[in-house]
Amino acid sequence: MSMFVVAAVAILISMAMAVARAVLGPTVFDRILAVNMFGTKSVLLVAAFAFLSGRPDVLDIALLYSLLNFLGVVAALRLVERGEYFSDGPDVKGSANKEEST
Amino acid sequence: MAIDPVINFMLLVFLVVMAFTILRLSGMLAMTIIFGLYSLLMAGLFMVMDAPDVAFTEAAVGSGVSTVLMLVTLSLTKTRHERHTRKIQWRPLLVVLLTGAALIYGIHDIANMGDTDAPAQQHVADRYISSGQQETGVPNLVTAVLASYRGFDTLGEVVVIFTAGIGIMLLLGRPCKKGRVEDDQTP
Repeated sequence: MSMFVVAAVAILISMAMAVARAVLGPTVFDRILAVNMFGTKSVLLVAAFAFLSGRPDVLDIALLYSLLNFLGVVAALRLVERGEYFSDGPDVKGSANKEEST
Repeated sequence: MAIDPVINFMLLVFLVVMAFTILRLSGMLAMTIIFGLYSLLMAGLFMVMDAPDVAFTEAAVGSGVSTVLMLVTLSLTKTRHERHTRKIQWRPLLVVLLTGAALIYGIHDIANMGDTDAPAQQHVADRYISSGQQETGVPNLVTAVLASYRGFDTLGEVVVIFTAGIGIMLLLGRPCKKGRVEDDQTP
């Protein structure tokens, strides 16, 4: 039981670090990677929580999360691949100029 | 079992951090990505609050479908988010603060979580629990209520979701190039 508590706390700490990267991340890729990692961590947290609370059937939700995480990241990357919205924040002006020149 | 409040607290802190991040971001793609993360967190919170079915729905609709929908919309439209002035607008801020205060005031009337004396537990819940299994033959109580006792309600929800799906497919499923050519021809 206590091992699951330790695992949950460790997962929460690494989730906090992923959130920090998603918040601070200067480029879109940082954020996408952070979201992907956060999704993986939430799958692990759901699994740890399932055994912690004695309901292993909640593991189905962890499976669903991992599928959705993959789907969302692939969708975001397909959009980035097109070149639009590549930049983030202050660089938006730069990409707008680039569009005008082409 | 003492870990539950810790997980709840951490997830809520993450939610607040993400909400403020979305506020001060200016890139649309980054906003959409963090919105998806927000929904995933919300689903995790629902799961910790012992509602796996709501967590399923939130993860599938909030984090999966609506994120993809917003991304597709972003790729179809060319609008960019404009950076507004940093000056504080007092009137909207006042409205938001008043609404938030009213909502927080309303919290006092909500029954505690798992309270057996709550109005929602007084009405028909006893009958569902005592004779639901014999009446419907469905082993899962939540499924019995949703699919049998509230069958017409669920049918209406399905119709609404189906209509929304058709609308989205009509809006976003058009071939792009044809539409752009038409736009060029019209002055």
